[in-house]
Amino acid sequence: MSAVYKRIKLILLVIALMATSGLVQSAQAAEGADSTKAFNASEVILHHVLDDHIWHFFDGHYGTWYLPIIVYTKERGLESFSSHHFYNENHEVVPYNGYKLEHNHIYLEATGEQVLDLSITKNVATLFINAIILLLVFTAVARGYKKNAGKAPKGIQALIEPIIVFVRDEVVKPNVGPKYEKFLPYLLTLFFFILFGNLLGLLPGASNLTGNIAVTATLAIGTFLITNLSGNASYWGHIFWTPGVPLPLRLIILPVEILGIFTKPISLAVRLFVAITAGHIVLLSLICLVFVFGSVYVGIGSSLIVMFINLIELLVAGIQAYVFTLFSSLYIGMAVAEHHHDDHH
Amino acid sequence: MGAGIGAGLVAIGAGLGIGKIGAAAMEGMARQPEASGKIQGAMLVIAALIEVAALFGLVICLLISLG
Repeated sequence: MSAVYKRIKLILLVIALMATSGLVQSAQAAEGADSTKAFNASEVILHHVLDDHIWHFFDGHYGTWYLPIIVYTKERGLESFSSHHFYNENHEVVPYNGYKLEHNHIYLEATGEQVLDLSITKNVATLFINAIILLLVFTAVARGYKKNAGKAPKGIQALIEPIIVFVRDEVVKPNVGPKYEKFLPYLLTLFFFILFGNLLGLLPGASNLTGNIAVTATLAIGTFLITNLSGNASYWGHIFWTPGVPLPLRLIILPVEILGIFTKPISLAVRLFVAITAGHIVLLSLICLVFVFGSVYVGIGSSLIVMFINLIELLVAGIQAYVFTLFSSLYIGMAVAEHHHDDHH
Repeated sequence: MGAGIGAGLVAIGAGLGIGKIGAAAMEGMARQPEASGKIQGAMLVIAALIEVAALFGLVICLLISLG
């Protein structure tokens, strides 16, 4: 192996070790601020997995990004302010301007009712970052495709174009069938949004974007709408009046099939949410083991195991994007399939 | 305590499922080494699906244990 590759591998290994111990450091800093309390592992884990109105990178004055809060109530209309106002000098939560922040939800201080919370939270900010990354990457790929027409791809086009071709030829074309080109933009966007969202969530200090049930539910609703709005007569006929079965069985199948219209996107949303969130919880639990035991040896062992499981999480990031796109293509394919009734019914 | 037992059972379930898939994949690759790339790809995807089913149970156990 050439000397350059050896050096690159060494640098990557050092970065991986530093990143893992950096994660351990940040958890320690969060605990060290309040060293009289016992270490509450579940609190640390939940804090890193759930959404938040501030983005905490590291302890200290400049370590927190106080994201804007945007709330709407009928009485006071649309108001926005920095979340910095909710925290005083001792980093305790205080009410501000008639609003109070409890368990990450904003309530009116006077009546205690919930407001319509449109704030830019950690996950929303990550969503914007994901969208910007997608735009930058794919405009670059499109430019490269135009510039290198007929020649071998170069640069970021060489990285992304094989993945696009893989999704088109192995996932979309065989499962959607002859009309695949209409749905290809949506399915490609779905795949890369989920892939980049999963990968962004694995960076140190990142937020759990695709592990948020609201985000995955929105993606699943997208698939649900596209599937059912492009369903042809044969699709709906199969659901409501399954051909080729005796009448009593059809009446039993009818509620099951109607339920099936909804369980399919629900399963898509929950599968992605659980896979990503549980992966993050496993990583965080292993890191919190270090602080529960308070031992250096556990720290070394934990860092090695966490590095290994981080690699598995990278694999899971790719596989979950692939599986979501695969099942979406399957459902869309079932909806637009042309059935030749003389064949098998 | 129920959460602990549940988590253990979930791990057994996931282990059994992935073990069966791994066994079938090994046998398929042994019978036809040319197809081993495809078999490996399919095995990884199915393992991810089984793992998600196991994680469903794990999340419920976590929810129970954290009250």
